[in-house]
Amino acid sequence: MPEEDSKNSLKKFGKKIVEQTKKGKNPEIKLPLRNLSNIIYDKKSRTLTLGNKEGTRNFFNVAHAKKFLQTIEVASLIKKELLNTGKHEHLRGVFYMTKRTIPGTNVNLVDEQVESDKAIEDLEVITGLSREQLHVSANKMGSMVGNIIIKDTGDTIDCSKLGRGGYSIPSITDELSFSKVNADYILYMEKAAIFERLNEDKFWKKNNCILVTSQGQTTRGIRRLLQRLYEEKKLPIYVMTDFDAWGFYIYSVIKYGSIALAHASEKLTIPGVKFLGITADDIEKYDLKKHLIKLNDQDIKRIKQVVDYDWFKDNKDWQRQLKMMKQMNAKAEIQALSSKGISFISEEYLPEKIKKKDFLD
Amino acid sequence: MTEKIKAIELAKKQREISISEFFTKNRHLLGFDNPRKALLTTVKEAVDNSLDACEEMNVLPEVIVKIEQTSEERFRISVEDNGPGIVKQQIPNIFAKLLYGSKFHSLKQSRGQQGIGISASVMYSQLTTGKPTRIISKISPKKPANYYELHIDTKKNEPEIVIDKEMDWNKDHGTKIELELEGIYQKGKQGVEEYLKQTAIINPHLHLIYHSPENTKIEYPRAVDNLPVEPKEIKPHPYGVELGMLINMMKESKSRNISSFLSTDFSRVSPNLAKELCNKAGISDKTHPSKVSREEADKLLKVIRETKIISPPTNCLSPIGEELMLKGLKKEINADFYAAVTRPPSVYRGNPFLVEAAIAYGGDLPKEDLVRVLRFANRVPLLYQQSACASTRSIIQTSWNNYGLSQSKGALPSGPVLILVHVASVWVPFTSESKEAIAHYPEIIKEMKLALQECGRKVSSYIRKTVKAREQKEKISLFEKYIPELAAALSDLSDEKKSVIEEDLKKILKKGMKNLLAEIAETKEEK
Repeated sequence: MPEEDSKNSLKKFGKKIVEQTKKGKNPEIKLPLRNLSNIIYDKKSRTLTLGNKEGTRNFFNVAHAKKFLQTIEVASLIKKELLNTGKHEHLRGVFYMTKRTIPGTNVNLVDEQVESDKAIEDLEVITGLSREQLHVSANKMGSMVGNIIIKDTGDTIDCSKLGRGGYSIPSITDELSFSKVNADYILYMEKAAIFERLNEDKFWKKNNCILVTSQGQTTRGIRRLLQRLYEEKKLPIYVMTDFDAWGFYIYSVIKYGSIALAHASEKLTIPGVKFLGITADDIEKYDLKKHLIKLNDQDIKRIKQVVDYDWFKDNKDWQRQLKMMKQMNAKAEIQALSSKGISFISEEYLPEKIKKKDFLD
Repeated sequence: MTEKIKAIELAKKQREISISEFFTKNRHLLGFDNPRKALLTTVKEAVDNSLDACEEMNVLPEVIVKIEQTSEERFRISVEDNGPGIVKQQIPNIFAKLLYGSKFHSLKQSRGQQGIGISASVMYSQLTTGKPTRIISKISPKKPANYYELHIDTKKNEPEIVIDKEMDWNKDHGTKIELELEGIYQKGKQGVEEYLKQTAIINPHLHLIYHSPENTKIEYPRAVDNLPVEPKEIKPHPYGVELGMLINMMKESKSRNISSFLSTDFSRVSPNLAKELCNKAGISDKTHPSKVSREEADKLLKVIRETKIISPPTNCLSPIGEELMLKGLKKEINADFYAAVTRPPSVYRGNPFLVEAAIAYGGDLPKEDLVRVLRFANRVPLLYQQSACASTRSIIQTSWNNYGLSQSKGALPSGPVLILVHVASVWVPFTSESKEAIAHYPEIIKEMKLALQECGRKVSSYIRKTVKAREQKEKISLFEKYIPELAAALSDLSDEKKSVIEEDLKKILKKGMKNLLAEIAETKEEK
């Protein structure tokens, strides 16, 4: 029973703290720092991993007490309410399970979902268990269409027969199995609107590929799904995002991993993905200058951050892209391609880029 | 023809306005607008006079104020001091002749300025009750006291002596005034008691005893045994003189020529400067002052304003001082923290002045209200027209939010705070003759704000410290509340007994209290 392993890990964690209290020590939790200062970009494996820097969280420390309590309480709730009963709960649900006022104070144990989310991430790092193993799921935010048949908890789903919406990717994709896959590549895009456009144009049928999207940042479930398709079915993956620092970062998360989930990189990153567009060169080549949007302060700040990330720093191509973006002082959405005609993207832009292998790495 | 007749008609109506009529019509100018204020003004004028008299003679003042209700709207007020007393011949003039006094022509920091105060009270008493004012005054233990009962001849503005006799008075020297008037006795912020309390704060060398109409005796003890430094009298500075005053001064001058008039009757005018001023104004410096025409005087004034003249001497001012302000406040106001600031002297329109401010925080002061403001001019409390006063404006214009007090825009700050502002000057500019609010001279407001800001800085560091201490306590108590929660969660997680974990945690907290407090201090500093 996988639940038993998870339960035991949590119990072990609890016992360790109780040992400390028995010895009269200020209870502490040691955990690797999960911020940029402790993120190592491993050039060999091309993934982000956590470094050795550890933080100590003490219960009897005003700055830590509440976080300490949050972590322990979330752990005990997961053990008692989810693992013991075999049920799953959503991140939002965990937040509501935790949300209450501590008796005799006007302090809420958690005020925002970010806090319970962080506690769950802490537990992943502490116990080595994944969120999925803790029976916690996230929002379903992505869709998939194409010549692929999936088995999901006993159901067989043919992703070529799901109309305009496509297959709604669950937040946990570890247990899916692929019955049949007939595609040359996967096209992943940041924007659901473009996904709908391409699906309507039956782009996947004409080009024999699989289309995947999520709204904004790529969820863990989608990243895991993409990784599995890449590794198990050897499908190349091309990523399409907006031409801005946020879009570039979305690509880098799929490829190298993210700062917040560096501890789970192994199961999520896909070093072989390629960036299809939109690039600064596309803007020149396809004459999109009229549809640019001026950079705002946040965009400029984000460019500065991204330029300095280790996994962008040594990459001449990306440094050039970001430099050109700054010089243009502008960004562009994928939808800007529609200005060339409603099906320009599916009939000209994508086929041409893929044929010429006009990608960034 | 007809016009002449009209003039005759008019002439029949034209007559000298009697002083009493003038008084009745303009009583608001002098602080007698209503029965409440009349009572307070009378006490105030009498006490001011007593204090000035004592200080002039270098006697530590001991003042007894007594108010008795004689009928529903009538009160008998008596004020007794241990001052130098008044020579017999002067008594009727001082008390029963309006606009008689020694202070009007001098430039010296003193409480009274116009010499209108006490005789106005005598007039008011006479108008409302018809009763004479009684004066006892004694100037030496070797001489008997003089007793007078006085009226004012309201047509001639002359004293009318009802009784004049010698009597025994078991006091070495001093003066006592007793008069009866129509009034209303008021408690609260604009009442006699508040006025006396503030007087005691700002005059820590005063021993004051007050018998109220309710038959209670309140004693305001003396906090210091030395008198304030006696302010020096100075001559007016040329920048502070106006045309009418200049012409009057020239008429009354004993100097034989205009140049010596300028250098002897004004401060900071040397004989050379006097000659220069005359030359520039085109007046021969040999001209007799009384022969200078109005036009020439006007020209002279213009020249004075255009010429750079050094500021008047400021040693004529007698501040209360930071230490004494604190002593005065501490004995009358129960607070947790006090701070006081005395600014260096400054000058407005040729008049030297200086500003002092003090602040009290916490203790018995109400937490939610707007701050209490005590305003003083030359050691006299100002109880009316707070919103019209320069000190109020200065307080409002200071950003108290920076100093840890809450303040809405355009309002006084709020919190358990008392703010004291004192202006000392040879000539305090009031907004009206009733001397209730200080005029808004930019120079004065600037000095007030500087003094207030310094008080603000002092109080803010205190507030920060107390707030910090309170927060620390709260945080520790927070741990106590967290312990059962943590114990319950840990028990679920580890299957160990909740009560055991809870007891262990409590022990750790108890043991580590000191270190925790230090930790809190550290985390605070980092932020």
